[in-house]
Amino acid sequence: MRSFTYARAGSAADAVGRAGATGMAFVAGGTNLLDLMKADVLRPEGLVDISRLPLDRIEETADGGLRLGALARNADTAYDDRVQTRYPMLSMAILAGASAQLRNMATNGGNLLQRTRCYYFYDTATPCNKREPGSGCGAIGGVNRIHAILGASDRCIAVHPSDLCVALAALDAVVQVTGPEGERSIPFAEFHRLPGDRPEIDTTLQPGDLVTSIDLPAKGFAEHSTYLKIRDRASYAFALVSVAAGLEMDGGTVREARLALGGVAHKPWRDPEAEAALVGKPATPDSFRAAARVLLRDAKGHEHNSFKIDLAERAIVRALTDAAERKGAPRP
Amino acid sequence: MAQLNASLRPAPAPPPEPIPVTLNVNGVERTLHLAPWTTLLDALRLHLDLTGTKKGCDHGQCGACTVLVDGRRINACLTLAAMQDGRKVTTIEGLTTGDSLHPLQEAFIEHDAFQCGYCTPGQICSAAGLIAEGKATTDDEIRELMSGNLCRCGAYPNIVAAIRQAMAIAGPKAEGAP
Amino acid sequence: MIAIPSIPGFLKEPNGPIGKPVNRVDGRKKVTGDAHYAAEFTLPDLAHGFIVSSAIARGRITRIDTAAALALPGVIHVFTHENRPSLAWFDRKWKDDDAPKGAPFRPLYDAEIHHALQPVALVIAESFELARYAARLVHIEYEAAPHQTDLRANRANSFTPGKDKGGFQPPPKPRGNPEQAFLDSPVQVDSEFTQAAEYHNPMEMHATTVLHHDDGTLTVHDKTQGAQNCHTYVCNVFGLAKSAVRVMSPFVGGAFGSGLRPQHQLFMAMLAATQLKRSVRVELSRPQMFSFGHRPETIQRVALGADRDGTLRALIHEAVQESSQHENYVEVVVNWSGQQYACDNVRLDYTLTRLDVHTPLDQRAPGAATGVPALEIAMDELAVKLGMDPLELRLKNYAETDPNTGNPFSSKELRACFRHGAERFGWARRNPAPRSMREGRELIGWGMAAGVWDAMQGQAAAKAVLGVDGKLVVSSATADIGTGTYTVMTQIAADGLGLPVEEVTFCLGDSSLPTAPIEGGSWTVSTVGSAVKAVCDRVRSQLVTLAGKLDDSPLKGVAEEDILFADGHLIVRDDRSRRLSITDVMRGSGTLSIEEEARALPYLLARARHTFATHSAVFVEVRVDEDLGTIRVARVVSAIAAGRIINPKTARSQIQGAVVWGIGMGLEEEAFTDHRLGRVMNHDYAEYHVPVNADVPEIDVLFVEEHDDMVNALGAKGVGEIGIVGVPAAIANAIHHATGVRVRDFPITLDKVLAGLR
Ligand SMILES: Cc1cc2nc3c(=O)[nH]c(=O)nc-3n(C[C@H](O)[C@H](O)[C@H](O)COP(=O)(O)OP(=O)(O)OC[C@H]3O[C@@H](n4cnc5c(N)ncnc54)[C@H](O)[C@@H]3O)c2cc1C
Ligand code: SF4
Ligand code: FES
Ligand code: FES
Repeated sequence: MRSFTYARAGSAADAVGRAGATGMAFVAGGTNLLDLMKADVLRPEGLVDISRLPLDRIEETADGGLRLGALARNADTAYDDRVQTRYPMLSMAILAGASAQLRNMATNGGNLLQRTRCYYFYDTATPCNKREPGSGCGAIGGVNRIHAILGASDRCIAVHPSDLCVALAALDAVVQVTGPEGERSIPFAEFHRLPGDRPEIDTTLQPGDLVTSIDLPAKGFAEHSTYLKIRDRASYAFALVSVAAGLEMDGGTVREARLALGGVAHKPWRDPEAEAALVGKPATPDSFRAAARVLLRDAKGHEHNSFKIDLAERAIVRALTDAAERKGAPRP
Repeated sequence: MAQLNASLRPAPAPPPEPIPVTLNVNGVERTLHLAPWTTLLDALRLHLDLTGTKKGCDHGQCGACTVLVDGRRINACLTLAAMQDGRKVTTIEGLTTGDSLHPLQEAFIEHDAFQCGYCTPGQICSAAGLIAEGKATTDDEIRELMSGNLCRCGAYPNIVAAIRQAMAIAGPKAEGAP
Repeated sequence: MIAIPSIPGFLKEPNGPIGKPVNRVDGRKKVTGDAHYAAEFTLPDLAHGFIVSSAIARGRITRIDTAAALALPGVIHVFTHENRPSLAWFDRKWKDDDAPKGAPFRPLYDAEIHHALQPVALVIAESFELARYAARLVHIEYEAAPHQTDLRANRANSFTPGKDKGGFQPPPKPRGNPEQAFLDSPVQVDSEFTQAAEYHNPMEMHATTVLHHDDGTLTVHDKTQGAQNCHTYVCNVFGLAKSAVRVMSPFVGGAFGSGLRPQHQLFMAMLAATQLKRSVRVELSRPQMFSFGHRPETIQRVALGADRDGTLRALIHEAVQESSQHENYVEVVVNWSGQQYACDNVRLDYTLTRLDVHTPLDQRAPGAATGVPALEIAMDELAVKLGMDPLELRLKNYAETDPNTGNPFSSKELRACFRHGAERFGWARRNPAPRSMREGRELIGWGMAAGVWDAMQGQAAAKAVLGVDGKLVVSSATADIGTGTYTVMTQIAADGLGLPVEEVTFCLGDSSLPTAPIEGGSWTVSTVGSAVKAVCDRVRSQLVTLAGKLDDSPLKGVAEEDILFADGHLIVRDDRSRRLSITDVMRGSGTLSIEEEARALPYLLARARHTFATHSAVFVEVRVDEDLGTIRVARVVSAIAAGRIINPKTARSQIQGAVVWGIGMGLEEEAFTDHRLGRVMNHDYAEYHVPVNADVPEIDVLFVEEHDDMVNALGAKGVGEIGIVGVPAAIANAIHHATGVRVRDFPITLDKVLAGLR
């Protein structure tokens, strides 16, 4: 951790104003930013503490959805009655992430903006294009058990580590932003980006942009949805593969499907073709598998992570099966 | 590749200036002058000499630093003391009342829910938070919701037993913090 | 001074505290935050150190630029190889009680880099955060040299080590004609096993606080399993008088072997404190916990040949392990295989490969936790081939005497472990066919394995001071790393003088106390416990003598062996109305305190003629998701034969904890090395996975009756390691039973199971 200044933002406008200067960063829960500052990976010159801005509420929206304050804590979001009953997959996803303590600290906005857990990104003695553009990618040809199988580039094969975001992607959430240029709405699919040749950039946010809320549309797939997380130990570990699945069923037939994957790409991975492949099909393992194969058609493994391709297929089948069987109720 | 972050950097910034931070720690108001880079954990351990709260990783990966802030359990290593200005912090030292132990402390001794003791303050504060949250009723739920506290000595079965006992005394929704 | 070892008719008072589930005597301190660990002592002049770690695995430093760091106000000094003072010259001065053959690593010695994360500079500053900041500003240039860190790629360059470390026995010579016997065997198993490198990762990161007193003496609070080991080391290395330094470690936040050798944070803190003449603390970061000592990566082959009735005809066990370039770290990996089962044709081979890594270090059940699982999986494979129950196969080849030496065991109740463990687990209901049990989507598997560990004993001394108030203080320079030493020694002492445990205080973790060896290998109860017992016996004799001399003494003329000590009284065994309280004896005789010191030695003669070992049988139920390959351990029964159990509560915790270690070893723990960089990449608690609470089920521990009057005066063998030994194998065997997939590569992560399920 290097030297930095600290100021608490009085309002959203104040926060945006302060963060415009170079080297400034917002701190919300601090669980990712301070971690990376201690590891000397991030070196902001100043922190703007936004944690006390009144953006921590969960409110109804006019179109029947829910507005999740960017500064609402992950735990408060997961345990909110409305989230639990109307968006159970979201609640499950949050509760599958991190630990109870971290969820009490972590904010929804911060979760969107957390950085990858790639080992090389964290270790400043190793090459990493994301941390130090042009230095090379340590993970390619290195240790890459936790890395991407979809959408990677020859510059970076990192994955986005969030669970929450996978559910938000499946739910077609919209990220509300206020920035130097005013307010904007960013559809979730456009919020995170693929690494391409600029792996140092994770999202489409601009400097000084403040996430104010995440809006959930009315449709929550509460009847038929689930979140499945597969990891190397039972809890307190990042996903090897995770699946958010939501179905609308017509008897035994799929009418609408949402399918998002975590742990496989630089962003929560959705594939319209795979979802389309489910529509009108019976809710059987075979049609789920067929959709999984569509989603994974371009999947590419590396030395240590090729197993994820098979695992992802199996996880998709399982998650869709559970969703169809109404296994969506989250644990209290 | 040997030295990637070679310092083609301008002269490094001087250390940050201290700012006043007021914390209510275990019921006592304490005003400290801390550089902003001081975490809540280091403020407790190094500035307030409350070393009961442990540092097991300093990166949010072990739970040894768990304390209650305004009654909720958090990792003290991943928050700045300045960010908690004005808040109520309860540490392991604050769970005892006079000479008498908190039911969790009693239960941990009775069930031998620790060995080296290093994770123990964090486990107990975390358990107090867990009980206050009221989300765990079964052993499996205790296990899951206590998974943010590593115990390298492997005292987990006894930790679960101790919490189960304390929970029975406190009732599932009782206040964990004093 | 030396107590003649008496063959124990031992427990004079069967109702004393020995064998009782006494709560930990240090429990209150630990649950209130009142137990203070190495980084938790301070003086007003305390400075903070932060270590800079090498960015490369091998080569040399060509330039160190500390100017930017030193320019920061509050930065006191940056120590490097360029400005360090001259220190001890000879290697022997740098050796410690757990050093293997070779040249110990010397921090900041020269420009050479021997391994990744090697400490290369120490920044000292007025605050911890400033030291950390300044450490980032130390600019270092390297000239990298080619390195080798890949065991498999280098195994052809292995060599056979000698008796290169205390406690290490090279494998015995081959017996019979193993190769031919193997070829001739109608049923054969020939398998290769790999075990990933593991890091100890105790919860408390290694730290040292050196308190610099006005008179120039130093109190060193170090995270160590041997205060005296560190004391000798720092005195030798820094040329200090023994009386000028005191090393303390009253509380140690876990170690599991990581504190057996003085680690470099101790050196660093001492260097700064002696040079700057002020108090200094150096605490490693979690990534730096991967910069010293680990359980070495191992590749093994086990070949078993058997008759159709299960009789073992041939047993071949080969292992190759990594060590560093500068020391021969060795551990007993293969010898157990020659000891566990009766077999006439046996070859055991153990070799080392030098790599550019730091020297490996004993980690919980070193060697056994690696070697025995390979044997125990091979036995399971053999049972499957034979169509025989795995437990039956083990009984069939049960070793009544130690086949390696021909000596009898001092005691061996492994059979009872099998029987009671199997009963508790319900093993008899097991359908031998793989994939024969399921519940929903989970395949259920039951597996078992046997375990073995040495019952060692060293020499130790203890001191006792009995006050006129009837309070007893006993001390010895041993450690309590969570093992329950405080409690168990208190019980032994209380037992010895018939006092309630509340009246007894045991002191440890202080180099100025009577000599005790490093705490490891499960030998502390045996070693230090024997000394505690011996010193209490002396106090006892004194009291009897004093009591006999008192006027009107009801004990007059009664022989010592006819006197009981209980409830703080001396009591005539056959006439309990004749009694005197300890305080009355002391007051009456005008004795303010009785002080005694005694040393206890192992029964060398008995040791030469017997094999001393603890044994275990562990039974595991796993549940494997048949689609996803995810594995969870659902149930564990661990049956232990370890002689007398001094405290069933703390002993049970030791076994449970070791089972958790076995779960980590079996399913999770693995250091991933990038061999291009020669660097462990998952060097933190987030990506180096140790078990969490949700990974661990109920663990049922049972101690079988085992009477041993040769092992030591207490009849107790120690339980720190035995609990881990069979566990990884039992898990692997259960996974095979659940799924039909045999994985021989630890840890068994879900991808390895999936590969077989496909
Ligand atoms: C050990 C460990 C395990 C974890 N496991 C998981 C897991 O399994 N699954 C999972 O999903 N997550 C996991 N996490 C990550 C955790 O969820 C994130 O760290 C957390 O969500 C980040 O939120 P925060 O509020 O603490 O963010 P901060 O650390 O405060 O900020 C993170 C980033 O977001 C920016 N930022 C924050 N808020 C805003 C805003 N409103 N507008 C614009 N920018 C903003 C900050 O500038 C910073 O760059 C884990 C974390 C740790 C330490
Ligand atoms: S995968 Fe991305 S984050 Fe990881 S080393 Fe490569 S560039 Fe860096
Ligand atoms: S020290 Fe805070 S989580 Fe480990
Ligand atoms: S008691 Fe040692 S880490 Fe939990």
